Amino acid sequence: MSANESSAKSGLGDRFKNMTDTNLLLTITIVVFFVMYIGAIVFQGKGFLKPQTFFNILNANAALIITSCGMSLVMITGGIDISVGGVVALVSMCCAVYLDYHGGNIFVAVLIALAIGLAFGIVQGFLVAYLDIQPFIVTLAGMFFARGMTTIVNTAPFNVQNEAFVALKETRVIVPGLGSVNKNGVYVNAYIEIGVIVALLTVIIMFCILRWTKQGRSFYAVGGNNQSALMLGINVKRTKFLSHLICGLLAGVGGFVYFLHVGSGSPSHASGMEMNAIASSIIGGTLLTGGVGNIAGTLFGVLSLSTIQNIVSSAGLDKAWWTGITIAAMLCLFLVIQSIVMSRKKKSR
Amino acid sequence: MQTNTQKPGIGKVGTKIFRQQIFIPIAALLLLAIFNLIRDPSFYKITFGYNNLGDPVLSGSLINILDYGSELAILAIGMTLVTAASGGQDISVGAAMAISGSVVLRVLCGTNTRPETLQAPIIVAFLVSCVVAMLFGAFNGVLVAYFKIQPMVATLILFTAGRSIAAWINNNELPIISDPSFGYWGGFIPGIPIPTPFFIAVACMIIIALVLRFTNLGLYTQAVGINESSSKLNGLNPAFIKFLSFVILGLCVAVTGFIKVSRFSTINYSVIAKDIEMDAILAVALGGNPLGGGKFNISASIIGAYVIQFLTTTLYALKVPSDALPAYKAVVVIILVVLSTPIVREWLNNLWKKMKSKQIKEVA
Repeated sequence: MSANESSAKSGLGDRFKNMTDTNLLLTITIVVFFVMYIGAIVFQGKGFLKPQTFFNILNANAALIITSCGMSLVMITGGIDISVGGVVALVSMCCAVYLDYHGGNIFVAVLIALAIGLAFGIVQGFLVAYLDIQPFIVTLAGMFFARGMTTIVNTAPFNVQNEAFVALKETRVIVPGLGSVNKNGVYVNAYIEIGVIVALLTVIIMFCILRWTKQGRSFYAVGGNNQSALMLGINVKRTKFLSHLICGLLAGVGGFVYFLHVGSGSPSHASGMEMNAIASSIIGGTLLTGGVGNIAGTLFGVLSLSTIQNIVSSAGLDKAWWTGITIAAMLCLFLVIQSIVMSRKKKSR
Repeated sequence: MQTNTQKPGIGKVGTKIFRQQIFIPIAALLLLAIFNLIRDPSFYKITFGYNNLGDPVLSGSLINILDYGSELAILAIGMTLVTAASGGQDISVGAAMAISGSVVLRVLCGTNTRPETLQAPIIVAFLVSCVVAMLFGAFNGVLVAYFKIQPMVATLILFTAGRSIAAWINNNELPIISDPSFGYWGGFIPGIPIPTPFFIAVACMIIIALVLRFTNLGLYTQAVGINESSSKLNGLNPAFIKFLSFVILGLCVAVTGFIKVSRFSTINYSVIAKDIEMDAILAVALGGNPLGGGKFNISASIIGAYVIQFLTTTLYALKVPSDALPAYKAVVVIILVVLSTPIVREWLNNLWKKMKSKQIKEVA
C-alpha cells in the first residue's frame, strides 16, 4: 500500500496500521477480555459483579499465571516448552511426599520445588540451545519424563496434613474495601491467597526484565531473527539457554504455588496445564514464531481463559468435555487471527 | 553425515552397512534381543493354545510385540510422511484415535449403548470413521499448510479437544459391543493363530509401497520437506502436499483406532491410545528419519515401530508399572535425539579418528 493512500484514510485505521505488532495483539487481547467479562455480567447475572468472583479466578489460576510467564518468555525467544504441566505435577508430588512422610519444614520444600524446576530448565535449555535440538521434542520428552517420575515417586493421590503447611495454605490476604454483603447480611471481606501475590510479583519482575534490561531486549532480538541477533553481537545460544532456564525455574515456582492452592499430591495434577499456558500466551499476543509478545498480555490471556472457563461452568454446561473444547476453539480462533493479522501486515509493507 | 569418506580400505563394508539408514533400528533391535536373551530366555517362548472362544491362538511376548507393534507401524507410516513434508510432528494422533474409535462404536451401536445385534455393518462403521478421521486430519492440515502454524502447535488444538470430542460423540457413555465378529479385527480370526492386526498392518504396508512406487508422492514429499521455496519454483504446490500428508495420517489413525476399539469391544476415552503419539514420533526418530523434514524411509520407521513395542514389552517384563513407562521412554528419546544431532556426531567422529590414529601410532 502506498504512502499516499494510507495517509488519505486518516484516524483510527491509520493508527491501527502503524501500531507495532506487540501493541496491536495486546490491544486485541485486552479488548477481548473486557468484552468477555462484561458479557459475563450481562448474561450470567450478578455473580460476576462481585469482586470476590474476580479474586477467585485469580486464586485458582495463580500457578497458571506464573507458568505462563515462563512460557511467554520461551515463546518470545522462538522456542516452546510443553513440560511445564509435568514439572508442576512432579513438584507438587515431591513436596507433598516430603512434607507428609518426612515431616520437613516449608523452606526446604520451597527449595525442593525450585531445584526441580531449575534442573528441568538447565537440562532442557542445554539440549535446545547448545545441541540445537528442536525444543518441542526435548520438552515433549521432558513432559513424559516428569509425568512418569511423578508416578514413580508416589502412585496414589493424598492430602498433606503437615500443620505448618496447612496454616500457610489457609492464610488469606484481605483486600480492603472490596468486600460484599452475603445472604445473611454479614459483611465478608474480599481476599486473595499468597500465591496470587507471588504471581503478581512474577508478572511485574518479568515485565521489567523484558522491557528495560539489555538481556530482556536480546530475548526479543533472538526470537525475531536469529541471524541478525548474532550479527548484533548477542550470544544467541546463551540467550536461548537462559529463556529455558527461567521457564523451568518459573515452572518450579508455579508448582509450589499450585501445591499451596490444592494442598495435595497426585499424578493427575495440572494435567493439560502446558496447554493452558500456551493458549494463554497465544491469546495474550505472543507470537509462536517468536520476537513478539508482552507479559501484560499474558496476564490478560490467563484471565480471559479462566473467565471463559467460569462462564462455561456457570452456564450449566458442566460436562467435563466442554472446557477442553472451548479452550481448543478459542486457541484455534486466536491462532488464525494471528496468522491473518501477520500476513496482512506483511503485504501492506 | 559425510563422515568416513576419506577412510580407504579396511572397514569399507562395515561403514557401508553403518551408513544405511535402516542400520539404526536394526542395531537397536539386536541390542534389545540380546539383552532379553541374557536376562531371561523364556521371553522368547511361544505357546500354542486355545482362547476362550475355542479358537487356536499363539501367545507369548513375541506375538504380543507383533500384535501391538502393528498398530504403531500403521501410525508410523503416516507420521513419517507428515514429518517429511512439514518438518514437524502430529501430536494429536492419540486423541484422534479416540475420536475415530468413538465414531465406530457410535455407528455400530446406534442409539442403544448395549445392543444385542450390530446396528450397521462393520464396514460402514469403518468407512464413516475413516471419513471423520480424515476430516480431522484435514483440519490439522489446513492449519499447518494454509495458515502456516507450526505443526506441533496446530495439532495441540486437537490434542486438547480430541478426547472431549470423543466423549461427546457417545454422550460420555461407554458402549459395549457383544457381537464376537467385531472382535476379530483386533484379536484373532477363527482358525488363524496369528493376530489380525498384523495382517492389517501388512496390507497397509503393501498399499503404501504401491503408492510410493507408482506415484510421485514420495519424491514430492521429500522435495517439499527439503526446500519448500525451491519446490514451489519447480511447479509443486507445497501447501497441498503438506495438507495431503495430514489427510493420509488421518486415514492411518482411523485404521489404528478401529483396531483399538475392536480389541476391547468398548472404549475408555481418557485412557485409549494414551501416549501413543510419543511412541509414533519415537518410531520415526528411531528409523533415522530427520525430524526436521526432508528425506524419509518408511520401512525404517516400520521397523522402528516394532522396536519400540519390543522395548515396551521388555520394560513390562522387567515389572515396570505402566504409568512409569513414559519416564523410561523419554530417556531413550533424549539419548537417541542427542546422538543424532550434527554437533554430537562430529564430536564422536573426531573422537573415533583420534583413537584410530593413536592405534596406528602404537602399531608403528
